[in-house]
Amino acid sequence: MATLWNNYRYLILRRFTQVGLLVLYFGANAWGWTVLMGNLSSSKVLGVIPLSDPFAALQMLAAGAVIAADLLLGVLLLTLFYFIIGGRAFCSWVCPVNMITDSANFLRRKLDFDRVQGIKQPASRNIRYWVLALSLIISAVMGVTAFEFLSPISMVHRGIVFGLGFGWAAMLIIFLFDLFVLKNGWCGHICPLGGFYSILGKFSLIRVHHTQENCTLCMKCKVVCPERQVLHMIGKESLPVLSGECTNCARCIEVCDDDALGFSIRNLVKNKKTGE
Amino acid sequence: MSENRPTIKKKRQPVSDRRKFILNMARGAGLASMGGFIWSAYIDEVTASTLILRPPGAIKEEDFLKTCIKCGLCVIACPYDTLVLAKPGDNKPLGTPYFIPRDIPCYMCPDIPCVPVCPTGALDEKSVTTDGVLDINIAEMGLAVVDADSCIAFWGIQCDACYRACPILGVAITIEYSKNERTGKHAFMKPVVHSEACTGCGLCERACVTEKPAIFVLPRETAMGRAGDYYIKGWDKDDEKRLENASEIKTTTEISKESAVDSLNDAGDLY
Repeated sequence: MATLWNNYRYLILRRFTQVGLLVLYFGANAWGWTVLMGNLSSSKVLGVIPLSDPFAALQMLAAGAVIAADLLLGVLLLTLFYFIIGGRAFCSWVCPVNMITDSANFLRRKLDFDRVQGIKQPASRNIRYWVLALSLIISAVMGVTAFEFLSPISMVHRGIVFGLGFGWAAMLIIFLFDLFVLKNGWCGHICPLGGFYSILGKFSLIRVHHTQENCTLCMKCKVVCPERQVLHMIGKESLPVLSGECTNCARCIEVCDDDALGFSIRNLVKNKKTGE
Repeated sequence: MSENRPTIKKKRQPVSDRRKFILNMARGAGLASMGGFIWSAYIDEVTASTLILRPPGAIKEEDFLKTCIKCGLCVIACPYDTLVLAKPGDNKPLGTPYFIPRDIPCYMCPDIPCVPVCPTGALDEKSVTTDGVLDINIAEMGLAVVDADSCIAFWGIQCDACYRACPILGVAITIEYSKNERTGKHAFMKPVVHSEACTGCGLCERACVTEKPAIFVLPRETAMGRAGDYYIKGWDKDDEKRLENASEIKTTTEISKESAVDSLNDAGDLY
């Protein structure tokens, strides 16, 4: 039992926050709870504190909408949180699509897909930044929030809170895409929101740290990592994972049997010296 | 044979970095524009639905689509579950709030709980405020339209369900009396909707007794015409003020070079 907790503690915590947030949002619509109202696009905490998706607001700005004060405050709060503390934690700790893509990935590992298709990925992970730029361009040209009208993240989350409709199809599409077409396809290659948080969370304080002296080069961390390129230092150097693309999901920390990986706070003073 | 060898060798030469870079950039740009066009086409299609009724205080549809963040706070605030968010499959702009009056109309709460909760101003409090107090009676969600062919009151059968259901009783819908020539001794009691008072709440549509409602709410933009600046009610002082903002269009036509008589006598083009 203790090892089970040790091997899955962060996964359990992540699922708990993901599902917990969904339950709170659902309760607000269904039973009139006031803890967390709205959805991931914009919400109210306890009926007072606004929280708003900064990427959605950016699209609104590009589309030429007037940004209200409430929205701005909500955006500011979330931006500061992810910029200073969380990094890209939204993707692995909040986003409901993470559960879909994680299960596709789990199945991929169990069915040994990687050995059939080979490790080499046919698509660049930078597609997301192109999609991010494109979403802002289309928002500006069409005068509507381009990604918000097709975002499977909002579709799934809104669907669970307010009624799904054909939203299950979006869930299935992403699951099948990640399972059969491209490993980490949606979250790791295409999603512009992930790209947005990768850029925003670049300088956040919470970082995974690698201790090279403890590493036995088993590479279990690289197998489970949804953004394996961020773990380039494994077995080579004792470094924190500094790439903004790390989602702080902590799967690498759990699977490591050698205590070579752990959470740390970015050392600002040291960074200034080494110039990082 | 010996002449061909160099060309084969040339083909096997590794691709230069410059070529690789240019090709990759071209590939990226090409894929991005392809994706961009597909994406734009999709956006154009999904936002094209004009037959949609918005919550009270909603700003102009064009601005609404860019300002609404689709959070659903208005839906949560609505005590009658009137408002819903468009789901995939509803064929409405995805995630935006709307209502279907025949299912659940807007009951026109005096405190309009759905409007102040809007974080983005897509639902504009000012547009439903008179003298600093929220006033649902000035909301413009839509306009009720009567289909005279299927309305049984127009047949001569007595029915005033819509008139009685109207929350602005006797103002937004009035009953017009006229003689029923067919029987010679009865009256038609026809419902007439007045666009300046109707909020488009849809209580009339909900109350209508016919199988498919004979009175129904349409977005005002769809249901109403516009007289334009050429026609002014000369007897109405307020209407004359519209002339101040009237747009001026001068049309110029080239004067015919032929004389009037020649022009009349020349039948060449006709036969």
